[in-house]
Amino acid sequence: MPSLPVPENRPNVVAVELDGDGAHPAAWRHAHHLPDGLLGGARISGTVQAADIAGFHLATFRDSRVVDAGTAGIPGRIDAVQRAAFAAPITGSIGLVPEVDTLYTEPFHVATQLASLDYASQGRAGWLVSAANAPEEARAVGREQLAAAAAPLEAADAVEAGRRLWDSWEDDAVIRDASTGRYLDRDKLHYADFEGERFAVKGPAIIPRPLQGQLVVIAPAALLSTVEADVALASAATVDGLAAAASAAAATGVPRTLVELDVILDARGQTAAERLAELDRHEPWTGGARYVGSPAGLVSLLARLFDAADGVRLHPAVVDVDLPELALNVLPALRAAGLVSAPAAGTTLRRSFGLPRPANRYAAA
Amino acid sequence: MTTHRPTGNGRIQFGVFFQGVNHTTVWKAPDSGSQTDFESFRRVAQTAERGLFSAFFLGEGLRLREHLGRIHDLDVVGRPDAQTALAALAAVTTNIGLVATQNTTYNDPADLAHRLASLDLLSGGRAAWNIVTTDNAWTGANFRRGGFLKHEDRYVRAEAFVQTAKAIWDSWADGAIAGSRSDGRWLRQGSITPVRRNDASFDVDITGRLPRSAQHHPVLFQAGDSPDGRDFAVRNADVIFSRHAELEDAKVFRADIVARTLKAGRPADDVKIFPGQEFILAATEKEAAEKEHWVREQQVGPETAIAYLEQFWGRTLDGYDPDGPLPEIDPVVDVTNPTRGNAFHGKSARELAGQWRDEARGKGQSIRQFVAARSRLNGRGLVGSYDGVADLLAEYARTGAVDGFNITPWLVPGGLDDIVNELVPRLQDRGVYRTEYEGTTLRENLGLRVPSSHRRGTLSAAGRQESENVA
Ligand SMILES: Cc1cc2nc3c(=O)[nH]c(=O)nc-3n(C[C@H](O)[C@H](O)[C@H](O)COP(=O)(O)O)c2cc1C
Repeated sequence: MPSLPVPENRPNVVAVELDGDGAHPAAWRHAHHLPDGLLGGARISGTVQAADIAGFHLATFRDSRVVDAGTAGIPGRIDAVQRAAFAAPITGSIGLVPEVDTLYTEPFHVATQLASLDYASQGRAGWLVSAANAPEEARAVGREQLAAAAAPLEAADAVEAGRRLWDSWEDDAVIRDASTGRYLDRDKLHYADFEGERFAVKGPAIIPRPLQGQLVVIAPAALLSTVEADVALASAATVDGLAAAASAAAATGVPRTLVELDVILDARGQTAAERLAELDRHEPWTGGARYVGSPAGLVSLLARLFDAADGVRLHPAVVDVDLPELALNVLPALRAAGLVSAPAAGTTLRRSFGLPRPANRYAAA
Repeated sequence: MTTHRPTGNGRIQFGVFFQGVNHTTVWKAPDSGSQTDFESFRRVAQTAERGLFSAFFLGEGLRLREHLGRIHDLDVVGRPDAQTALAALAAVTTNIGLVATQNTTYNDPADLAHRLASLDLLSGGRAAWNIVTTDNAWTGANFRRGGFLKHEDRYVRAEAFVQTAKAIWDSWADGAIAGSRSDGRWLRQGSITPVRRNDASFDVDITGRLPRSAQHHPVLFQAGDSPDGRDFAVRNADVIFSRHAELEDAKVFRADIVARTLKAGRPADDVKIFPGQEFILAATEKEAAEKEHWVREQQVGPETAIAYLEQFWGRTLDGYDPDGPLPEIDPVVDVTNPTRGNAFHGKSARELAGQWRDEARGKGQSIRQFVAARSRLNGRGLVGSYDGVADLLAEYARTGAVDGFNITPWLVPGGLDDIVNELVPRLQDRGVYRTEYEGTTLRENLGLRVPSSHRRGTLSAAGRQESENVA
């Protein structure tokens, strides 16, 4: 019997970036805590639980190993994988996606950490791939900075090594067969045998296959020519450029595309423009495409953007101010308009994107 | 912060070592649960915290064990990255210490020190690092640098690594972060001291990314046993995770560590000792003995007994009866199991096989009985009735031979239940176990002084003088 074509499940997705006190470099001045209250567990649980309850599909956690000791922003950061891991057992449906470097890290450790995050979150983990290639990062680990052309290739190698490690255990490799004394079926374990330009990884992984099979790999559109990603992040200088950026990313064949949007909303009796001016007096905000205005206006903008992309990643200017506005006035309106649905409790991040659980590359068909 | 309690204070503490990879976890039991589901970790850690344990401890092995060239398939295997799991546990626990075994050979200090500082901040000062040095080239095949370290160099690198990590942890001045939202900048200018190091082990230039935690920096554990390993511990560590659990052995080990500690210029009681230990408990001695028999049978099944010998014989021993005598054939000279057979190759393997045959013959042991006796973690384990073991532990507390035990449960996730429900109250009745946590940081609960780099004044060798926090 010929199989009927299954309509593709492409739900709209709303992501939120939760690093620090917000996307605006002066956000810490308007945070609801003293500056040194940022770097602890209470801050992580407060913000990620709020985003989870609000019904965001995923939270991302920016990371950087470069400490900007200048005047702008916040140089202190807890490791992003650990921020996501801390949030994992105290949230129920939100995807947890740390940004993790590919150039100056150990691909084996990164793959293990991310698979571990998938277990801690019961299948809600992703990987925001970074290939920032700063000279300070190379010096910190005693290596030479990569040539500009080598960085995207190294990023691709790190992702490929990670993907092979995640598949290096088949799903049913743990058999616990008391009659033969075998805990494992070792025929269902596979060497990754990855050999890249600059590193090799033997495998297998030291942790079984992630619950999602493969984590959701999210990469900036600039890396799509080399990196095998599930989701692209398309950005533009202005809101008007986002649709074109999204179609360019989608044209590469990447399964899903999110557009990047900085957001500052009317709040607490101030217009967004007034809030922005106040923040900008401390530091100018040099982000990308930006929405400044009312929650209702944002809802209409997002409705338009969903025509061009699979969703959006919002960068709230001040987490403590803009996240509650998004939770109270934007996400409920999107749901009421039938544009998004809240992720179900116990969902996986792949499911929130409508991505199937992938077959294992090593499993015999 | 005056957290220091002298050793030999008449108390015993517990940690739990969730091993993840070993032959002692009884996976065949009907109530044996998942080794990887987060729920197993949560249950063990929260049970331990209910029992006022000082620490929850995760091991690490960076390559799957192989046996005669194939993945070893008889034992539990497959475990999460220690720090990722501990960061998640930090969110669902409040007092228990979180100890990550992490290797100095296949990590970069900039990265590992940062992740440990991250765990320390997330947990409110409950992080610790168990410093291990695994150096075999075979593990190196999973890493960028490959198997590059000679055995004798592993503690050289480890020491340089720890010094670098401590410098990173101390690189932010106190008061580096703005005290108010209206200050000029978030980070006060000039408040980070860059860590530059250029020696045989590292050529790096690192800017620390985090301030100190509530316990200054993570507590340091060490688990090496060689003379080099012990000297490394007394120079660098706060706690030794030892193999020396039997009372007399523990006393000898304590004396050796005290002597080395004094020689290293630290107070005698600056280094705490927690041997790993298996507990098999029941209401009566008789039931405990029966339970032990059952546990040993489960731990060393027929396949495991043969596989154990195979790694020393370096060849398959397919035809041998696990309930029969040890093989009369000699080991293959130059084939060793790279995961465990480290010291056994060539002539010594033949000699060893001879000794073992004689020993087993003398005791009338079958292969399985011989292996079961040999492969226990630290001697026989603490086996007995709740009251009997409580009395014995009171004796340990009285002598001060150990500061505590790092319990290795043979059942996951229920293996601590009887210890917490039955043994802990009996120890409390005997006055040798805490009735509440002393503090919220691991350093406080272990009764440690502030890190040596933060002490002021001279410390007497006897270590009775309180040190002060100068940070
Ligand atoms: C009780 C105990 C537990 C250990 N756990 C680990 C572990 O989880 N991972 C690891 O790589 N090494 C582990 N080790 C190995 C030690 O870190 C060290 O590498 C080994 O004992 C060899 O060092 P040595 O020659 O100084 O004894 C452990 C050692 C002991 C004594």
